[in-house]
Amino acid sequence: MNIVNFTPITSLSGGFLIGLSVALFFILNGRMIGISGIASNFLISKDNRMQNFLFLFGLILGPLIYSFTTSKEINISISNSLSLLVVAGILVGFGTRLSNGCTSGHGISGISRFSLRSIIATITFMIVGIITVLITGIL
Amino acid sequence: MNKIISLLCGIVFGIGLVISEMINPEKVLSFLNIFSDWDPSLAFVMIGALLVSTPVFHLFKNKKKPLFSSNFLISKNKEVDKKLIIGSILFGAGWGLIGLCPGPAITSLALLNVNSALFVTSMFAGFYVASKVN
Repeated sequence: MNIVNFTPITSLSGGFLIGLSVALFFILNGRMIGISGIASNFLISKDNRMQNFLFLFGLILGPLIYSFTTSKEINISISNSLSLLVVAGILVGFGTRLSNGCTSGHGISGISRFSLRSIIATITFMIVGIITVLITGIL
Repeated sequence: MNKIISLLCGIVFGIGLVISEMINPEKVLSFLNIFSDWDPSLAFVMIGALLVSTPVFHLFKNKKKPLFSSNFLISKNKEVDKKLIIGSILFGAGWGLIGLCPGPAITSLALLNVNSALFVTSMFAGFYVASKVN
């Protein structure tokens, strides 16, 4: 194991903002943030649809506001394999709804509440993610 | 008011994903790559978020109601069942294949990246299928 590209300060600062968003949404609107839940409820349920839409719209505005105010470009690198993108997207969508949570819903909101379900879910998807990267690295 | 709060919370969350670089799949994959060139940074995203959200949740959970809504909506599901485990396994596999989870995937639509749009469309198809199965 080699440690590479370690950026603890920016990661921690970004994490604070994510935690702040979760905290405010709870204190003010009374809901715990889980992005997969918000996104899938926006798709399938009429309850709070406008709230859910505006939250998702805010997510997309975030990078635009960041780039505009800091004049920094955001570069991401994403796989070009179209079939892999489709398979992974379906797995993420289906899996997060089957288990009722994703990295935010279980990993942050659930663990904040000390929910055993969320702790088990988070450990499970982390381990499976690590194994998947290990396998795709070998192939 | 709820709607303005939703929009603002979305913006703050999205900026957090950008600053932490969680929005970059390459960064996520190298976080999961613990057996060779490992970038542990993203553990600090979770630590940072939990340091804020955990105390706030426990300070406010016993209050009568949130400031701008009639009641708190907190999951009462405590069951560790097959659905939880199988769902988490499928999600972990999808996450490890590309390096995108739901929040960063939707946020990355701002960059007008065709690949992330394809991923998000497939993810919504997954949501839809799961809603029919559940």
